[in-house]
Amino acid sequence: MKKVVSGNKAVAYGVMLSRVEVISAYPITPQTTIVEELSRFCAEGEMEAKFIKVESEHSAMASIIASSVTGSRSFTATSSHGLALMHEMLHWAAGARLPIVLVDVNRAMGPGWNIWTDQTDSLSQRDTGWIQLYCEDNQEVLDTIIQAFRIAETVSLPVMVVLDAFFLSHTSEIVDIPHQEEVDQFLPQFEPQYPLNTGEPRAYYGMVPPDYYMEFRYKMQKAMEETVGVARNVDEEFGRQFGRTHGLIELYRCEDAEAVMVTSGTVTSTARVVVERLREEGVKVGLLKVKMFRPFPMEEIKEALKGVEKVGVIDRNISFGHGGIFAQEIRSTFCNEDERPVVFGFITGLGGRDVTPAVIEEVIHYTLNKSRPEEEILWIDLKR
Amino acid sequence: MKMEIPKEEHMGPGHLACAGCGSPLGLRLALKALGKKTVIVIPASCMSIIVGGFPHSALGVPVVHVAFETAACSASGIRASLDMQGDTETTVVAWAGDGGTFDIGIQSLSGAAERNDDFIYICSDNEAYMNTGIQRSSATPYLAWTTTTPVGNPKEGPKKDIMAIMADHWIPYAATACIAYPEDLIRKVSKAKEIKGTRFIHLLTPCPAGWRIASNEAVKVARLAVETKVFPLYEIEEGGDIYTITHQPKGIPVEAYLRQQGRFSHLTTEQMAAIQENVDRQWNRLVGRCEGRLH
Repeated sequence: MKKVVSGNKAVAYGVMLSRVEVISAYPITPQTTIVEELSRFCAEGEMEAKFIKVESEHSAMASIIASSVTGSRSFTATSSHGLALMHEMLHWAAGARLPIVLVDVNRAMGPGWNIWTDQTDSLSQRDTGWIQLYCEDNQEVLDTIIQAFRIAETVSLPVMVVLDAFFLSHTSEIVDIPHQEEVDQFLPQFEPQYPLNTGEPRAYYGMVPPDYYMEFRYKMQKAMEETVGVARNVDEEFGRQFGRTHGLIELYRCEDAEAVMVTSGTVTSTARVVVERLREEGVKVGLLKVKMFRPFPMEEIKEALKGVEKVGVIDRNISFGHGGIFAQEIRSTFCNEDERPVVFGFITGLGGRDVTPAVIEEVIHYTLNKSRPEEEILWIDLKR
Repeated sequence: MKMEIPKEEHMGPGHLACAGCGSPLGLRLALKALGKKTVIVIPASCMSIIVGGFPHSALGVPVVHVAFETAACSASGIRASLDMQGDTETTVVAWAGDGGTFDIGIQSLSGAAERNDDFIYICSDNEAYMNTGIQRSSATPYLAWTTTTPVGNPKEGPKKDIMAIMADHWIPYAATACIAYPEDLIRKVSKAKEIKGTRFIHLLTPCPAGWRIASNEAVKVARLAVETKVFPLYEIEEGGDIYTITHQPKGIPVEAYLRQQGRFSHLTTEQMAAIQENVDRQWNRLVGRCEGRLH
C-alpha cells in the first residue's frame, strides 16, 4: 500500500509492522512525532505493545534493555541531547548483547540550542558497540527498521537507524508500506537466546573480572565483523521478498570516475542530482553513499574505490581537533593499502544549514581541480 | 502473634558480603516472603558484589544487574515484558542501596512511582556509599562521619525523608523495615507482594565497616535505631492517606544508639542533644500523620 508519509511516520509504521512489544520513549524535537504516532497506534489497538512513558531518555534506554533481556522485542527513538543522555545505557545495551533497535533523528548538539540536522549526535556514539545505519529517504527508513530487527536478532547487537532531522523526519514522500503478513514472514518472532525465567534462574550482567572481560569484548567485535555479511544477506532477502534493496553502500556513476564523492543521509540525494548533471556535461565524477557506518564496511569500500585517484568526503559532522568523521574512516580504511586515493575532507551543513546543489558542485570542482587538499579540513559554505 | 518464617531459602550461603553485613540478611528474609517466582533487579551497590560475579550467583531466582541510576525503570521494563508474555504471577523486585535510591536513582524511581508501575522497590539503606568506601549520601544522618564528611566538616543537613517523598507519589504501599525485626519485615514484604502498583520498602541494613561497629553488632545496633525512634517502623497505605506505626518503640534516648557507633564517636553532648531534638521532631511528625493510630 502506497502512502504519502513523513520520515517519522515511516518509522512508526516500521515499528508497528515489526510487531515491537515494548516501547519506551521520551519526547524531543524532532523525534516527537514518532512517539506521538506510536502512542496512537498503541491506544487505538493497531499495535499490541506496552508503551512506557518514561521521565528521561536515560530511563527509556534502561527500561527497554530490561524488557529486551526479559524477552520482548523492544524499541525507542530519540535525538541529539536525548541520545547523549542515553550514552551510558548505549554501552550497556551493546555489552548486554541485546537486539534493541533505536531510531535517532539526527539533530545538532547544543549549545546553542539547534534543532536542525547534524550527524555529530549519532557519530559521537561510534564506540558504544551499536550497529549504525544512515538512511537517505523515507522508504529506506521504513525498510531499514524491519531489516534492523532481523540483523540485531541474528548477531545479538543493537542497531541505531539514523535519519536527518526535518529533511526526512518532517518531509512527506511516497512510501510503499508492506503488508503485515509479508513482514511476519520476513521477521519471525523474537526468541531470546537466554530467556529470563524463574524456572531456570540466571544472573545477567554481573561483575566480570579481568579473567573474562576481554573475551566478552572480543566476542562483540567478532559479532560486529559478522554483521557486514549478515546485513548484506538480510538486505538481499528483503529484496527478494519486497523488490527493494538498499545495500550497505551504494555506488552511483563511478565508472571511470576521476573523483568520487562520499556522502551519507539526505545529502546523497542532492549529490546524486548534481553528479548526474555533471556527468551529462562530461565531468568524470561518481558518488558513493555510505549507509552502514558501524561496522564500517571497509572491504566493500576498498573494492568500490579501487583505482579511484581522489575521494571527496562530505561530512555533516565534526570531531573537534581532527575533522569530519566519515573522512577519518575512509582515510583509515586505506592507510595500509599500497594504492590509496587522496582523501579530501569537506565539512558543511552543520546545524541544519542547507547543503545545496551549488555547495556540492563546489566540493566536486575543488576535488577535481586540486591534486591535494590545501587544508586538512575544507570548510564549505562557511562565513569567515 | 508468633509467625512461622518460611524454611525455603532462595539465597545461598556462598555470597560475598563483608562479615556481619546487614544487607544479605535483609535480602534472604525478603526472598523467603517473595518466593521462587521473583526477579531481582540490582543496580550498582554492595549487593551487585554480594550476590556474586560471573559465572556465579548466590540467588535461586533470576537476577538482572543494571546501571546505578536505573533500578526502578529497569523493573518497569521487566514488568512490561512479563505482562506482554502474559506472566502476571512473577513479582519484580528492585533491590537498591541508599545512594541508588535517595541520590542517583531518584529520578527514575520518581518516574516509575508516578506511573505506579507494578513492582516492589526495596531500598537497603546503610546510610552512605559503602561499596566505594564510606562516602556520604543524602541518606547519611546529620553529623555522621564518612570519608567525605570528615569530623572537621560534618554533614550539616538531616537525612532526606524518602518515605514522605514516596508517599507523596500516591503509591499504594510504602513501609519501613529493619533486619532486627524479621517478622515485621516478612509481613510487610508479603503484604506488598499482594498489592498491585509501586510498592516501596525502606529497609535499614547496618554496615559494620561504615558505621564503625563490630561485625557481630549489626542486629543489635539496628534494634537500637528502632527503639530510640531514629528509625521507626511504620506503613503508609492508600496512596499516603493511612499511616500506621507497626512497632511501638521503647523511646530509649538516642545517645544509646549513637554511642555504639564509631561514626558518631566525635559528637559532643550538645550535638547529641541536637540529634535527639531532630529525632523527637521526626517522631512527632510521624505520630501526627498516624492520627493516633498505634498498632
